[in-house]
Amino acid sequence: MRELALHVMDIMENGLDAGADLLTVSICEDRERNLLEIDIADNGRGMDAETLERALNPFFTTRKTRRVGLGFSLLREACRRCGGDMEVRSAPGEGTRVKASFQADHIDLAPMGDVGGALTTLIMGNPHVDIVYTHRVGDRVFEVDTREMREELEGVALNHPDVILFLRDTIRQGIRRVCGAQKG
Amino acid sequence: MAKLTIEDLKKIKEKAKKSTALREGEATVKITVHMGTCGIAAGAREVMDALMEEMAETERDDIQVVSSGCMGMCSSEPNVTVEVKDQPPVIYQLMDRNKMRQVFKRHVLKGEVQSDFALAKGKET
Repeated sequence: MRELALHVMDIMENGLDAGADLLTVSICEDRERNLLEIDIADNGRGMDAETLERALNPFFTTRKTRRVGLGFSLLREACRRCGGDMEVRSAPGEGTRVKASFQADHIDLAPMGDVGGALTTLIMGNPHVDIVYTHRVGDRVFEVDTREMREELEGVALNHPDVILFLRDTIRQGIRRVCGAQKG
Repeated sequence: MAKLTIEDLKKIKEKAKKSTALREGEATVKITVHMGTCGIAAGAREVMDALMEEMAETERDDIQVVSSGCMGMCSSEPNVTVEVKDQPPVIYQLMDRNKMRQVFKRHVLKGEVQSDFALAKGKET
């Protein structure tokens, strides 16, 4: 994956496949500890220990259309390549939580990329799903909660084209603000 | 760009409420963007992003956009399926922003199938 945002999107898709209607994504850049952490949780059906074990194997997938499932494996390799690691916790009925860490200044670390585009792309095809996104850089925080937006919208769908572009640009602006000048 | 605020969202809501809220149920065109790991890696997000922008520009409210997973043809991703009511679905392959805009403007809005980009006609399994 060329961007971390695409990894995030891919892991979130797993949650959607597991029937989740709430996805919580938290990205934390700790420049003092030179650490980038990405935490993605869903409230889908979760996995038992055996399924979880198999999910981490690239040659396992629940889908029938092809025989490999690369989402977790690609993210784990990206983490390990950059001095970090990936951890998945899951239990039946309790959803799944994926924690990925990276050495923030590692030369092989892919750019964060377009998170706004990634999240809204998911919502476009799944307007019933809510997303809580938090982006922390040091003590600056940007948060967006689609449940609050939904309330404000009084029945207008989250994937209404004008709403979706608003959401995309809000997220882009928010991230740019917390990241400060260093990342444009 | 000026900072977006809750007031902007309210304006969008008022405008959206005036145009009859349909978008689900009675769609006459359904566009499916395939978003498995393979699709995402190949650029499905950019395709969907272009599609969102095209949707915002059209007045039509009978077009439904959905996403689905991998359909087993990873090497031809990003794939997009366009289903116009009462016509066989068309699967497009190797899509990008510009191809998506063209398919939207010609096929979705005017009914002209863009054979050059098509992988196949017919229903996926």
